[in-house]
Amino acid sequence: MTARVVLQSITKTFPGGFEALAPIDLALEPGSFTGIVGASGCGKSTLLRIIAGLETRSAGRILIDGEPVAGPGRDRTMVFQDYSLYPWLTVMQNIRFCRTLAVHARNATDSDIGDATRRSVALLNLMGLARVEHAYPKQLSGGMRQRVAIARALMAKPAVLLMDEPFGALDAQTREVMHDLILHVKSAEKRTIIFVTHDVEEAIYLADRVVVLAPHPGRIDTIEDIPFTARHRDLRLDPAFLTLKRRITDRIRATAGLSGDLDDLKTLTAPAG
Amino acid sequence: MTERAKTASAPPTARAIQPEPRPEPHDLRAPLWVVRGRMDRGRYIAFALASFFGLLILWELVAAAGTINPLFLPGPLAVVRALIAWWQSGDLWADIGISVWRVMAGFALSAVIAVPLGLYIGAYQPVRALFEPIMEFARYLPAVAFVPLVLLWFGLGESAKISLIWIGTFFQMVLMISEDTSRVPMAQIEAARTLGASNSEIVRLVLFRSAMPAMLDTLRITLGFAWTYLVVAELIAANSGLGFAILQAQRYLQTDKIFVGIMLIGIIGLITDQVLRRLHKFLFPWLP
Ligand SMILES: Nc1ncnc2c1ncn2[C@@H]1O[C@H](COP(=O)(O)OP(=O)(O)O)[C@@H](O)[C@H]1O
Ligand SMILES: [Mg+2]
Repeated sequence: MTARVVLQSITKTFPGGFEALAPIDLALEPGSFTGIVGASGCGKSTLLRIIAGLETRSAGRILIDGEPVAGPGRDRTMVFQDYSLYPWLTVMQNIRFCRTLAVHARNATDSDIGDATRRSVALLNLMGLARVEHAYPKQLSGGMRQRVAIARALMAKPAVLLMDEPFGALDAQTREVMHDLILHVKSAEKRTIIFVTHDVEEAIYLADRVVVLAPHPGRIDTIEDIPFTARHRDLRLDPAFLTLKRRITDRIRATAGLSGDLDDLKTLTAPAG
Repeated sequence: MTERAKTASAPPTARAIQPEPRPEPHDLRAPLWVVRGRMDRGRYIAFALASFFGLLILWELVAAAGTINPLFLPGPLAVVRALIAWWQSGDLWADIGISVWRVMAGFALSAVIAVPLGLYIGAYQPVRALFEPIMEFARYLPAVAFVPLVLLWFGLGESAKISLIWIGTFFQMVLMISEDTSRVPMAQIEAARTLGASNSEIVRLVLFRSAMPAMLDTLRITLGFAWTYLVVAELIAANSGLGFAILQAQRYLQTDKIFVGIMLIGIIGLITDQVLRRLHKFLFPWLP
């Protein structure tokens, strides 16, 4: 289950007149992995939340397999940076949370319920959580918590998986493990994934396509197709990878007006004379 | 406390005999006087008991010195004797029982309405707009000033006391419960929403479950308010209960019995508070 996602002239002006997003047009192929990067405050989260239906849009349409959507729906589940797990539920109960909701229980046959049980166990194994099945979130490390959050989002069998800086609160080592896990999830689950991050390296390592947003108002600056097929740790040191990283980082700096700041910094650090 | 400190800094000879000084599970030499420092449970209890018995001894010394008329300040022994006399008269348990019953009735009546109302105020902005400003206003109405009205409306019966307790606790409770609900992290709510939860499911499965521990704390705190208003109610219109007994004792200048009454209320409060704290730990083992 995966879907083609089309964003047609999405705009957002917050009450008070702040223009967060200028018209955004983007088409995402079924099963594709899109990374969205951009300077802080350029509207990445706002765009993702509009796709999730958590934020209203001022104009435009969102089509999932050609069908326009309004409001949140279980075809578009979201993984947040933090604090989204239910601390009173065990790992397994968190993953199975969507099964307690009416939309998922409606018209469920015995075989559906059997499938769901098998699926929750499969996700538990896929995410490497089998040992902590009965633990509460408080007993888990930050990385393990995010694995639970991802498994919970996948349990609903979404057509589109949305992630807003899901590893933003993790240390560098844990992040790298999570990256390989996400690539594994992508090949096992084949969902359309939209991944927001401020970490350019993370975006290139994971995505097929990286969209750079420019701020004030948020709009698409450039779209980079990522050519790498094999993803492994050494890729991060590959000259082609580094060149791409440099190019995208420079775009973000240019669009955010940070180059001026950097020039200021140079005058500060220049030897006095 | 001093004893433990001594063992920790044992003389060098004693240390030399032991082949391997094993580290203590808790480092007893950790300094006590550090902002936000640590203190092990044993020492905590020792400090608490010291203050309690210190106060008791001070009280006995002052009373025994004889400079203060026992009519104003009876000693601890006189107070214990008054407690025994009250118990022997057969009224003690009846007085405690009726007071506890009134508190529980008024408190339960508040909680039964305040918990769902507070939950919905914390969940839906229109409900908040409808009720919160009114509650904020009502909370500043002095409950004690309602005594004449309550007597007028309910007479001298049980309902008068229960209503006064209700007035004293309800508005605070609603606002505190709504605050508990508002503090549920937005990410928990939005995660449920993207998984397909309806509004009523979010209220039931996320807001309520998530806020439950904070709500139990709120109930524990407001139960203290209920006892305050119980005494007010019983001082004014009652012929039984701890507050009434205190008033009677005043009429007959039994200062020692007044002390007993006040302390009984304190002890009952302390016990219920401890029971609720234990219940909290037992019900919510998942809390960090
Ligand atoms: N509810 C809101 N009301 C007004 N402005 C908002 C609101 N949410 C976000 N913004 C503004 O919109 C801009 C984009 O925010 P966001 O999408 O969170 O940025 P990013 O995720 O790229 O850091 C920011 O300038 C932010 O201040
Ligand atoms: Mg953001």
